Amino acid sequence: MKEFRFALKQTVPIFFTYLFLGVAFGVLMSDAGFGAGFSAAAAVFIFAGSLQLVMVPLMASGASLLTIALTSLFINARHIFYGIGFIEKFRRMGARYPYMIFSLTDETYSILSSVRYPEGLDEDRCAFFIAMLNQSYWILGCTLGACAGSYLQFDMRGFEFSAVALFLVVVTDQWRQYKTKLPFLVAAACAVGFFLLLGKEYFLVPTLLASLAALLVLRGPIEKKEGLAYE
Amino acid sequence: MSNAVYPIAAIAVAALVTLGLRAFPFLLFGRRPLPKTLRYLGRALPPAIMTVLVIYCLRDASFGQFPFAVPELAAGALVVILQAVKKNMYLSIVAGTVLYMVLIRVM
Repeated sequence: MKEFRFALKQTVPIFFTYLFLGVAFGVLMSDAGFGAGFSAAAAVFIFAGSLQLVMVPLMASGASLLTIALTSLFINARHIFYGIGFIEKFRRMGARYPYMIFSLTDETYSILSSVRYPEGLDEDRCAFFIAMLNQSYWILGCTLGACAGSYLQFDMRGFEFSAVALFLVVVTDQWRQYKTKLPFLVAAACAVGFFLLLGKEYFLVPTLLASLAALLVLRGPIEKKEGLAYE
Repeated sequence: MSNAVYPIAAIAVAALVTLGLRAFPFLLFGRRPLPKTLRYLGRALPPAIMTVLVIYCLRDASFGQFPFAVPELAAGALVVILQAVKKNMYLSIVAGTVLYMVLIRVM
């Protein structure tokens, strides 16, 4: 079970983030009058933090299913981009392939795209345990918040910053790993530009599309610098 | 139990849309040998996506008025510096998060 222990170590920061955000979701759900079963079901079947949090007021006001569908599409559109780097890796994983696709959240993506597997460990098992552990933390948090939210009276404001901190750790490590800095610079320029242009509600998807286009345009210099030779 | 139908349907709709988005690239390219462009993107996209995610997480910070996003920027800088120097993920995340939690309370 060396792989399980390795996955456990990699996912410790997610444990705290997911527990906190999951509890927040569960508390909101029970305040809105939805039983713990619904919180748990959302954690098991949706497994998307920001969408679940946005859905609570929508469900409480009885928003139409079309509204729910469009909100899901809008908030999670970024997930379209996550699979691109993992097609070959996940395809090898047999029975675990569908689960790896389903469980590719921001946090799982950030770990899987930066993790360095130690010698002698089965990479696919590590990746599967990382995804599975993350979701189990999420289910635990959502259910706990729904059942015991009223007893949890700590002032945890700001704890959600641990997710940002994780993303920053990944970017810092990638900055060291990549010889070319163009992907970082292009993405930052697109994000800031579209943020100023479109505002915080609408800049994400245009930013991702523009970054994708820019990376395609800059393919020559980036591949040259990284020494990528695909055979 | 008829009032359970709506939340079940809502959760099902959100789950299906989310799964569809996550599965999209796999449905499109999953069965064929991967085009070279996609293998290039698989390598070049992650740093771009993570950079965008960081900025996306900071979208609610108040840059224009007090506290001028100081908690986000100071805690974020601490994370980056610690990670660059010490290369210890846990230390970087814990220190940054604690600094952020302190700053939003005192500012």
